[in-house]
Formats: sequence, structure tokens, C-alpha cells
Amino acid sequence: MESTAINRDLLREKTQALISSLESAETSDEQLESQIDEINALRDNHLFQELGKMTREIHDSIMKFRMDSRITDLAETDIPDAKDRLEYVITMTEKAANTAMAVIEEGSPVAEKLGAEASVLKAQWQKFRKRELSADELRAMGNDVEAFFDESDLMMSKLLSGFTEILMAQDFQDLTGQIIRQVINLVNEIETNLVALVKIQGENQMAESEPQQKKTEETKLEGPQVPGKETSDDVMKGQDDVDDLLASLGF
Amino acid sequence: MKILIVDDFSTMRRIIKNLLRDLGFNNTEEADDGNTGLPKLQSGNFDFLVTDWNMPGMTGIDLLRAVRADDKLKTLPVLMVTAEAKKEQIVMAAQEGVNGYIVKPFTAQTLKEKIDKIFERIENA
Repeated sequence: MESTAINRDLLREKTQALISSLESAETSDEQLESQIDEINALRDNHLFQELGKMTREIHDSIMKFRMDSRITDLAETDIPDAKDRLEYVITMTEKAANTAMAVIEEGSPVAEKLGAEASVLKAQWQKFRKRELSADELRAMGNDVEAFFDESDLMMSKLLSGFTEILMAQDFQDLTGQIIRQVINLVNEIETNLVALVKIQGENQMAESEPQQKKTEETKLEGPQVPGKETSDDVMKGQDDVDDLLASLGF
Repeated sequence: MKILIVDDFSTMRRIIKNLLRDLGFNNTEEADDGNTGLPKLQSGNFDFLVTDWNMPGMTGIDLLRAVRADDKLKTLPVLMVTAEAKKEQIVMAAQEGVNGYIVKPFTAQTLKEKIDKIFERIENA
């Protein structure tokens, strides 16, 4: 405010002149009026200067905001990109849910069948213990037991591989979590920019809330690859690419 | 064989822990980033480290650097399991002395292959 403050020396001088004019009987009303107008003009000057300064600041802020390419990037690239990433989150969670349900749907009848065969054998075994089985029935039971052992081996390995499949399907939580974090960061950045926009007429506030620049340092972490994105040669398409690259480095 | 699993997502730690158990490695411990993982390594006689890259606090690449800079730990085999798939990052990890690199999403088979390969190379060295 100092630079545009009222000129106090000038004000004192004019006020003293007005007082002395008032005390003198010879002063005309017109003369007094013109002196009061001069004092008024001092204040008006100050107002105009303030207004001019504010207008300039608002103009500068708007220009700065317009020229900040980060905001254009946000609207043109980052937001559509975030939408695609979120779509991918839906795809991954859906896939994981379907994988788990498919294994359960396939595995449940397997477990039920094993259980049913075991209870048939149990009934036969109890009859055998009570010596109610004929020699032919005993032979048949022996065959059933052998068949059951073979089948249970097969079914157990089927169930276990199903469990591994369900386990692996849970990796979506890590990958979607990373993607959602990226989108949260983007939303935060948009919020910061909106706040800056709201504060635009405020004095000196732009400096504090300048739109933050996107991190571009060399080691910026990209997170999970989203199909259809990041198709540059810089990004490995999968484990095979990684293995090839490492092999070329002597691994 | 005592293995430390470092990842900020508990689901991923659990997946890796279960896969390792299926492969016959029952002695595993977990940490959620380098800051909690490094003290465990320094005091715990671990034989193997599986770490993510992108973690709050200390990242996997910094943990790898800290391991290689520590006299007691510098020969510890380190397998990185991460979603980071940029060429320069894989090259960086290789330069910092990683023993294997797996990109997420990965399969149980990939984990087995990489671990086998790491131990094979250590035995032949």
C-alpha cells in the first residue's frame, strides 16, 4: 500500500491552508469550496491509483493462468487419460471377480464328487467291518478304493491349481490401487488449480498457489501399464521384453 | 531359506508369500517399505529379498542401493517385483545390482523361474 498511500505532506499543507482560510474573515465561500475540492482530489487520486493497480494485477494473473500449459494439459490429456485408467480399473476388478467365481464354480462339483465317493466307500467299509460283505463285494470295494485314490490325486491337484489361480487374481488390488492413487493425485492437482482460479482477484495470492508443474524428473515412476497407453519403445510390453532387455545387459 | 517380502500393498505381500510357500519356502517375513524393511534385513539373517519399487517412504530402488552399500548385506540376492516397466528403470535396477526383475502382473510360473535362475547363477558363481 505504501507506494499508493495518500501524500500526507501534501494533505497537511492543503488542510493547513484550508484552516487559515477559514480563520480569515476575507475568504469567500467559493474559495473554501475550491480548497475542499483540492483535498478531495487527493483522496480520489489515491483511489484511482489503487484501482489501477488492482486491474493490472488481475490482468496479469489471468494472462499467467491462460499461459500455464499445465492447465491445458490437464484438460486435454490428463483427464481423458484418467478416464481410460479408471476404465482399466473396472476391467481388472471384473476380471478378478470372474476368475475367482469361475474357479469356485468348477471346483465345487469336484469337491462334492470327492465327498460323495468317500461316503459310498465309508458305507462299504462299515459293512466290511460288520462282516456283511461277500467275497465278490469285497473285491469290488478293493477296486473302488483304488479308483478313488487315483481320482482324489487328480482332483486335489485340480483344486490346488484353482486356489493358486484365485490367489494370483488378487493382484488386481495392488495394480488398481496404484492407478487410483495416480487419479487421486490428478484430482488434487485440479483442486489446487481451481483454488488458484478462485483466488485470482486476491492480492499476491497467486504467488502462493501457483499451479504446480508436473514432475518431469528422470526417475518419475509410471505405475502399472494400461493397455493401449504408453506405446513408446521405452516401455516393456511384458515379462518377455524385460527378460530380453536383461539378457542384453548380460543377465 | 529366510525371505523378506517388501511391498506397500498387503494383498501383494500375501500373494507372494503364498506363492513362495507353494514353492517350498515357508520362512518369510514382510515389510511395507524400505524404511521398515532395511532394519529387518540388518538384524534378521535373511537369505533372499523380494521387493516392490514404488512405495511411500523408502522405494525399492533405494532399498536395493542401501543393501548393496551395506557390508553385511551386499551379496544378498534381490528380486524386484514391480509394475514399473520403463526401459530406463529396468536398466537402472540392473546397474544398481538387482538379481532378477519381474513386471506385474506376473504368473506363479514366472516367479518360480526367476527364483530358480537366481539360485542357479549363485551356485555356479
